[in-house]
Amino acid sequence: MSAMTAPPAQPASPPPAPRRSARDSSASWRLTDRLGLAFAWLLGIGFLVVTAAIVLYMMVQGLRYVRPELFVTSPSAGFTESETGGFLDPLLGTVIVAAMAMAIAFPLGLCIAVWLSEYGRPSLLARVTESTIEMLAGTPSIVFALFGTLLFEQGALAFFSRTNDGGVVYGRSFFAAASMLALIALPLVVANVREGLQAIPAHVREASYAVGKTKLTTTRRVLLPAARPSVVTGAMLGVGRVIGDTAVIVLLLGATLRFNPAGDVPGLSQLKGTGSTLTSFVYANAPTGEANQPTKAYAAAFVLLSMVLVLNFAVDLAVRRGRRWR
Amino acid sequence: MRFVTPPPVRRLPLAGEQPATVVEPGAPGGAVATSGRRLQASPMAVERMTVDRMSIAYGAKVAVDEVSLPIRQGEVLALIGPSGCGKTTLLRSLNRLTELTKTASMKGRILLDGTDTATLEPTALRRRVTMVFQQPNPFPMSVFDNVAYVLREQASRRPRKRALQGAVQSALERAGLWEEVKGNLAHPALRLSGGQQQRLCIARALAADPEVLLLDEPCSALDPISTQVIEELIVQLREQVAVVIVTHNLQQAFRIADYVAFMYLGELVEYGPAEQVFGAPRADRTKEYVSGGFG
Repeated sequence: MSAMTAPPAQPASPPPAPRRSARDSSASWRLTDRLGLAFAWLLGIGFLVVTAAIVLYMMVQGLRYVRPELFVTSPSAGFTESETGGFLDPLLGTVIVAAMAMAIAFPLGLCIAVWLSEYGRPSLLARVTESTIEMLAGTPSIVFALFGTLLFEQGALAFFSRTNDGGVVYGRSFFAAASMLALIALPLVVANVREGLQAIPAHVREASYAVGKTKLTTTRRVLLPAARPSVVTGAMLGVGRVIGDTAVIVLLLGATLRFNPAGDVPGLSQLKGTGSTLTSFVYANAPTGEANQPTKAYAAAFVLLSMVLVLNFAVDLAVRRGRRWR
Repeated sequence: MRFVTPPPVRRLPLAGEQPATVVEPGAPGGAVATSGRRLQASPMAVERMTVDRMSIAYGAKVAVDEVSLPIRQGEVLALIGPSGCGKTTLLRSLNRLTELTKTASMKGRILLDGTDTATLEPTALRRRVTMVFQQPNPFPMSVFDNVAYVLREQASRRPRKRALQGAVQSALERAGLWEEVKGNLAHPALRLSGGQQQRLCIARALAADPEVLLLDEPCSALDPISTQVIEELIVQLREQVAVVIVTHNLQQAFRIADYVAFMYLGELVEYGPAEQVFGAPRADRTKEYVSGGFG
């Protein structure tokens, strides 16, 4: 600046001021734009306050009631807080159900997304699949739950749950709940993986074909690694939905707060039997629930919320790490 | 390399060694009688590919119309012509990349060392006839993996890194990039500069040890210095592989091409040695185009 000589006609003119940010200069905006900006801020702060209120309230309530022994004792029947035990079984149940559901939804969703994005043929089938997945995404989980009870009460699926002496199939088990929860997680996995694949420019695929690689190789070695942030996001969002769902758990995992194995094969019997998760534990212990131990419900809800928050941070981390090739 | 006969060794002046006053192609006076350029095709030039009455259409629109051309090793063939004249389509048909476009239909034959390319496995063909694109398009991986990816078998992670080290280095050396990246092979390829990325793409295309190298306007996204580096590289490479380059830049075609094919509206208007096409074009269309009349 100093090297330049100011034009003599305007000796007092200052050097052009550095461009101010859009918000600073909003005084020069049109009225509708200014109203829009104010509205956006209002909404943004509003949602932030609501979210912060929920999280803070649950944190404060939860931290007040959460005690280490709750994590290691099973729920039991009792009249006072000290008699009703902790939430070991629901905590394990949440982990088991999430793992089982994702074991179904993740590989299936990944394959569907790759097929839809990279192959898409036969195109009619692809279109039908696409709208089916969208329909699944919009279906309330209670509908899945209801369908699940019908499905798993069929004699042909007796293996997946308890059968009583009269030959009636009970239809409620970890298998039943996880398979229906997988349907809830599936659209999230498909949508995210697909989005990630489609965000990769066409010339990357072409570069791979141009050195003699097949479509499958290109997908496995170039596209999926490049889309890894989206793949991880899809999986994590799926897990988040699964561990947060209540309707399917209440209807399909049975109303037992403790593990209630069916049969006597260790491991398998637990999965064939009924149990609970943190969501159904909260449901049962909420002030309106049958167990009505609000302090336990708050503690469990706190744990559940923490799990979801940790998951969100994990997604963030994965996305950021995945960008290191960009 | 897989030659039976020794590769023809011809050294043309590199782009950097050109006289400072680069003659405008087709400039008044046709001062194309440049020093040091060999006009005749080398008698040792080996014909690698033959395009035989090739027609390509996208739906009803004919993009390439009955084009016949030889492609020889030891020479750089430049395809020139105005936008939309079918040069890129022709180039992409040489390794059957046009097949990825659903609406494309083809007539005619392309021979690679006497074999009809239509009878070859596309993946095998594309390893023998590799391609570099207009935009540098390295994979979102490390520099090393970008080259190693080509060398590995379909989808397999083997052979291991150490076994590939030599081949990766040689490909990077041939692309003139080794000295610049040898210290950071593990760095992301997308953090290289545009010119380096494009040379990485050339290294990738060379790693497959191809017989023909296709270049689709490889310098159009690059600055003049990177362009010069890549042009020098192309001139060197033609001793090892047959090089076909599509370019919009007539001066570039003039600088590096031995043979030039001028296309217009899908037809091959003129094909001949660069000196002749630029200096004494036979067709009026060519004369107009190389003297900047249209296009």
